[in-house]
Amino acid sequence: MDVEITLKADGTEHRIAVDPRTTLLDALRERLGIYSPKKGCDHGQCGACTILLDGVRVNSCLALAVAHDGAEIITAEGLTAGGELHPMQRSFIEHDAFQCGYCTPGQVVSAVGMLAEAEAGWPSHVTRDVSAGEMPLTDEEIRERMSGNLCRCGAYANILPAIRAAADGGRLR
Amino acid sequence: MKPFRYDRAEDISGAVATLAREPTGMFLAGGTNLVDLMKLDVVRPDVLVDVRRLTSAEIEDLPDGGLRIGTAVTNSELAADRRIRSRYPALSQALLSGASGQLRNLATTGGNLLQRTRCAYFYDTTTPCNKREPRSGCSALEGCNSGHAILGASRYCVATHPSDMAVAMTALDAIVHIHGPRGQRQIPITELYRLPGQEPQHDTNLEHAELITAVDLPPAFSANSKYRKVRERASYAFALVSVAAALQVRDGVVHDVRIALGGVAHRPWRAEKAEDALRGRPAAHESFRAAAEAELAGAAPLRENAYKVPLARNLMTRTLLELSGER
Repeated sequence: MDVEITLKADGTEHRIAVDPRTTLLDALRERLGIYSPKKGCDHGQCGACTILLDGVRVNSCLALAVAHDGAEIITAEGLTAGGELHPMQRSFIEHDAFQCGYCTPGQVVSAVGMLAEAEAGWPSHVTRDVSAGEMPLTDEEIRERMSGNLCRCGAYANILPAIRAAADGGRLR
Repeated sequence: MKPFRYDRAEDISGAVATLAREPTGMFLAGGTNLVDLMKLDVVRPDVLVDVRRLTSAEIEDLPDGGLRIGTAVTNSELAADRRIRSRYPALSQALLSGASGQLRNLATTGGNLLQRTRCAYFYDTTTPCNKREPRSGCSALEGCNSGHAILGASRYCVATHPSDMAVAMTALDAIVHIHGPRGQRQIPITELYRLPGQEPQHDTNLEHAELITAVDLPPAFSANSKYRKVRERASYAFALVSVAAALQVRDGVVHDVRIALGGVAHRPWRAEKAEDALRGRPAAHESFRAAAEAELAGAAPLRENAYKVPLARNLMTRTLLELSGER
């Protein structure tokens, strides 16, 4: 039986009835016409479907839409403000941080969410001392924190500098 | 995916009562494992009772100096909590070594405890698996078993428990709060999990419609704790072997110690034999290695996973050495 839910996606509120089996990824792509989150593996392994869900990055392929009634979602499309690319998007272009581009919207959204987590002082697996107050966002930290986004073209060599430059450019959300 | 009815109760009692009436229903929290298993038809519930927004997402201080972790606290929030990081560093490290940033933001404490094994045969519905389909056989016993159990397994199941968090909680003597159709109870985390025996379809001792509502950490007997994990990739992979340990040394002697192993058994493996062998012994390489060997004396490796025995021994020894201040 379909369930009525409300989703605010990239600034626009939508009221839709969904089969309970519908993931947020399928709701965005198939029902709302928002195609930037990509269906790569559909099992939470590749990160191509990454969105900001109520402000934090998640795999939209593993989140059931019915369980997130009322949620506020930002996709790579919604990162742009008034037609201006987000600094992270500009940095990916400037650093040629992609080949085929399929994983790119997920990479960009994940990087934006990742920097917010680092700014909030969240440690990572490579943080030497988790009890320390601050940790520098080294290249090793960025690699570890981005390990949930796979790029089968292997564009990591440019993705890392793109994120590095965007991070050094100032506060990013 | 098999169609199901989605239900969201008013409160915890309502959710438990609803599920108690649905023998083929399940609770839904973050969904990172359950939704995946449903897509693959490994798990086929008729009803999902969503408890994510009903249950506590708070980490509270307890009067005795411990912490109460609400079951809906995400893995990210728990790992980043200042109290966890300073008083229970092994738990923060364990959480941060698991999954990816995106998954940790969705996954909850209760859901992490109840995630299912990553045995490839459990996931492959074309092969026999006693955990997925009781009495159908175990494909891993004579199959690809490099990632499987070396301790406490049976000929019915050689799967391992995949959680990192639960290994740290096992070393930290966590208490699990349970709300069920017949009331509430609390059990040590070591009594939550089962060995496979003849009924590997049951991962835990929870009865149907019993809901984990919180996990208590007793006051840390030593903030000198650590989680180390060996895996096939540097990041974003399940443990081949992991160890969580906390150590108290006085005058060069082991006053007290807690050790748990991951990736070696059907449940997070509390290494009590090693702990017993260490109390009162010198905090030195020889005692650590002897204790690890005592724990692993009962190991029964399979065709492809004998490497786990020296790996677990070395990992225990090295982790204890580091905790003792030696390198």
